[in-house]
Amino acid sequence: MEISIIRFPGTNCEVDTYNAVKKVLGITSKILSCKDTVIPKSDLIIIPGGFSYGDYLRSGAIAAREPIMSDLIKKAKNGVNILGICNGFQILTECNLLPGALLKNSTLKFISKITNIQITRNDTFFSKDYDKNQSVKIPVAHHDGNYFVDQETLRAIEENAQVAMRYAEPINGSLNNIAGLYNNSFNILGMMPHPERAIDNQTGSNDGIKLFQSMLKSMSL
Amino acid sequence: MKARVFVRLKSEVLDPQGQAIESALKNLNENNIKNIRQGKLIEMDIEAKNVQEAKKSIEDITLKLLANTVIEDYKIEIE
Amino acid sequence: MPDKDIYQSHGINEDEKKLLLESLGREPTITEIGIFSVMWSEHCSYKSSRYWLKELHTSGKQVIQGPGENAGVVDIGDNQAVIFKMESHNHPSFIEPYQGAATGVGGIMRDVFTMGARPIALLNSLRFGEINHPKTKYLLSGVVSGIGGYGNCVGIPTISGETGFDSSYNGNNLVNAMCVGLTTHDKIFYSKASGIGNPVVYVGAKTGRDGIHGATMASGEFDDESEKNRPTVQVGDPYAEKLLLEACLELMQEDAIVSIQDMGAAGLTSSSVEMADKGQVGIELNLDKIPTRQKNMTAYEMMLSESQERMLMVLTPEKTQLAKEVFEKWGVDFEIVGQITDTNNLVVKHKNKVEANIPITYLTDSAPIYKRDVSPRKQKQKSTAKINQNIDIKDTILKLLNSPNICSKKWIWEQYDRSIMANTLNPAGDDAGIVRIEGTKKAIAMSSDVNPKYCTADAKKGAKQAVAECWRNIISMGAEPLAITNCLNFGNPEKPEIMYDFVKTIEGITEASRELNFPVVSGNVSLYNETNGKPINNTPTIGGVGLINDISFLEKFGHMLEGDQVFLIGNKGKNLSCSAFEEVIMGRNTEDPPDVNLKTEKINGEIVKKLINDQLLSSCHDISDGGLIISICELLIKSNIGADINIANNGNILEELFAENQSRYIISVSSNNQDKMFEILNNASIQYHHLGNITGNELKVNDKIVISLNELNEAFENLIPELMAS
Repeated sequence: MEISIIRFPGTNCEVDTYNAVKKVLGITSKILSCKDTVIPKSDLIIIPGGFSYGDYLRSGAIAAREPIMSDLIKKAKNGVNILGICNGFQILTECNLLPGALLKNSTLKFISKITNIQITRNDTFFSKDYDKNQSVKIPVAHHDGNYFVDQETLRAIEENAQVAMRYAEPINGSLNNIAGLYNNSFNILGMMPHPERAIDNQTGSNDGIKLFQSMLKSMSL
Repeated sequence: MKARVFVRLKSEVLDPQGQAIESALKNLNENNIKNIRQGKLIEMDIEAKNVQEAKKSIEDITLKLLANTVIEDYKIEIE
Repeated sequence: MPDKDIYQSHGINEDEKKLLLESLGREPTITEIGIFSVMWSEHCSYKSSRYWLKELHTSGKQVIQGPGENAGVVDIGDNQAVIFKMESHNHPSFIEPYQGAATGVGGIMRDVFTMGARPIALLNSLRFGEINHPKTKYLLSGVVSGIGGYGNCVGIPTISGETGFDSSYNGNNLVNAMCVGLTTHDKIFYSKASGIGNPVVYVGAKTGRDGIHGATMASGEFDDESEKNRPTVQVGDPYAEKLLLEACLELMQEDAIVSIQDMGAAGLTSSSVEMADKGQVGIELNLDKIPTRQKNMTAYEMMLSESQERMLMVLTPEKTQLAKEVFEKWGVDFEIVGQITDTNNLVVKHKNKVEANIPITYLTDSAPIYKRDVSPRKQKQKSTAKINQNIDIKDTILKLLNSPNICSKKWIWEQYDRSIMANTLNPAGDDAGIVRIEGTKKAIAMSSDVNPKYCTADAKKGAKQAVAECWRNIISMGAEPLAITNCLNFGNPEKPEIMYDFVKTIEGITEASRELNFPVVSGNVSLYNETNGKPINNTPTIGGVGLINDISFLEKFGHMLEGDQVFLIGNKGKNLSCSAFEEVIMGRNTEDPPDVNLKTEKINGEIVKKLINDQLLSSCHDISDGGLIISICELLIKSNIGADINIANNGNILEELFAENQSRYIISVSSNNQDKMFEILNNASIQYHHLGNITGNELKVNDKIVISLNELNEAFENLIPELMAS
């Protein structure tokens, strides 16, 4: 099982993500530099959280144009599974692998708290181990998590059941409380909550474990 | 030549920063002002043969990076 | 030649000017005046406080490095060490709250990773003016987003802190930031330069004209003109800091660094002087090589710039190329800007001209040192206002919970990334923050504390109390307190009564830290915190660090549970003097804060720590602002459960509920564990009192006073969100 984690300058969750994959799945993943032009063969590519390029200009905007991204986009279109967490989600929207954009929180403040999240479906690469409509607690920590997309696309996303998870109550102004989103072939998931920080009750929640286990199960099939 | 790119959220996108400024002004009893939208200004020098050429290059980089047209409008000025 | 006023405008007084001219034996250049002015400023030279700081208790077998380096270093076993320090950024944060607070966080982080440690936690201690003062909302909002904006971006969790409000800070808020880092014993880096001919290397952000004279600004009083000082405030770039952090830690894996020093206040000047001074060597800088952001910068400007996110290093020549490659990989500027010499002088060259040539000792050892006049302040008139014994107790409890210094600070800490690094073990709002050490069963507990009201009423008692409270907060999390850092925020030291309080503060800290084996390993002094002649309350903030050897107990610790019994450890409350009750309910302040009996403190604390580590308790909270009942309320709110409390009727119920006597804790214990607990308590013969049991969803006191959890919650949570929304 090959898992690659991409690090941009300013990424700051790559070690947490690496540790979570190691602790939960026993897999040693590769941390790649965004200056690489080719991603080695991977069953899963993770873009972790952080402030790539300081999130200057727009969150994720500069990272989305890095050399490694052309290969990532190519692999995504060939069906390789990609998980973008927080800044990773922002980067995936900036390179148009996911529709819409993440705006500043409507509160205009950074929001850091353990949040109630509803997992909408349990039949994807990323969600097999959850129950349908399961409520979970996962921390969020972001300034730009306010999901926006035009009405027409929003309707299409909903009809296609691409919403992966929703906040149980509005926290940042996201349309339809969207906290995580699939692309229309369901091999890409972008999510604002941090599953890698929810693998241990000692730190507040272990509800993220099932996300990692779902992915392992799917990769083993 | 000097180029300026003005980038702001599209009119249909909620702009909480603009709203915050507007409500702050209301608190200062500035009641004649409405519809505040906040944006950003990106300035640069560009070498080009003429204004048209400059405008085209700037438009390219704007679409490539400076603005995200899912949420943002832009306006270019060359002088 | 420099004219007369130039000394004055550099904050160099007549006597100091004389000393400068005599030592140098010639007229200084303008660059030299700039160098002297920053090195002799209060901020760099500690000229008013140095004489007294020597008195502090700084030793202990846990101490690897005490005061005098970028930060203090303490042993935590297994070849690991924690490195920590607290620093003020008061003046810059008043002038530009966002950037002032952000650069404060950046600076303290650099102090810690300069020494080889990866930062694992940030804390802060904030003081603002009255909550309804017109500027408070703006300052609070700016400071909080600045702290969050920097720490969140670099990716270090902000896990604990305190925020207080008082009119004495109306024109002079305080921002004290603390950083704790982790390293191993063999990877601790110091600032002492050595090796004649070794290259001096500049790394990090480019130098601009930021904050020129920031260090002298931070050593002068405010007046209404201060806001015009805005341009000298530095702008922080957390992204640059993150790259600098990673590059430095990567290079530290190699044997390339001889010495390293953060460019903080007075930038290139103080970093080069301090490195050379510690190593008893000379240093020569070639300013033509300094990476600059603006064109045509003069030597004076480069030596005094306070641009952020920069470091100075002395490298071994053979590893210099490797170092360059590491920094270039991270996209961080790297320039050889000078060398170590045997002259014992600071020599600054620019455009083939010697701009400064000063014996280092003139800037350090021979810097002025003042033993300023001290005299106690006049005793305040004792208040004669009588306490109304028939006061409505329910209303009093709710008012206290809704008062600015006691209410929930959730609005603040929800803006700080607390969960990044995935090792933060407890929710915000606890007595201390706890961060687990990856790959071990250990954790570090951290807290920052001070009660400025106590410290202003009686500087020595207040300082002792601050150290004891910090110790107690660490104990409340089951940790072994190890050592402290401090940030001593005071008014103008040229006023004898302020200097007197400063001296008494040092006495208080020394006494408490010696008795509790809680030595001072690093610290910072911030003086001249005055506006238009009005000083702030004395605010000696204490930041403490403790060690939990085995975190297993945390699994079942932290919440009161149905059926638990509630006990008070320590004496019954006796004296309302200086309490929150007096301030909030009676609207008066008296001059006699509660004294700490350090022997009792130690015994009570050791026993509580044992009870927690023996896994006998379900929760523990120290008693501080607001007294016993407020401490219980805070635990109930956190645990989302009610309690039935009985206070014996033979005492004074107001004193028992609201007095702030010291060395006390509220604990809860399940019925199963009670007997084991009694055995330990009785063997130690310490005072304890049964208070009641945990049940239902309301707080009942003596059956008469009934407050629902909802009412408690609303009173506790609503004040700051309502203020900020208004």
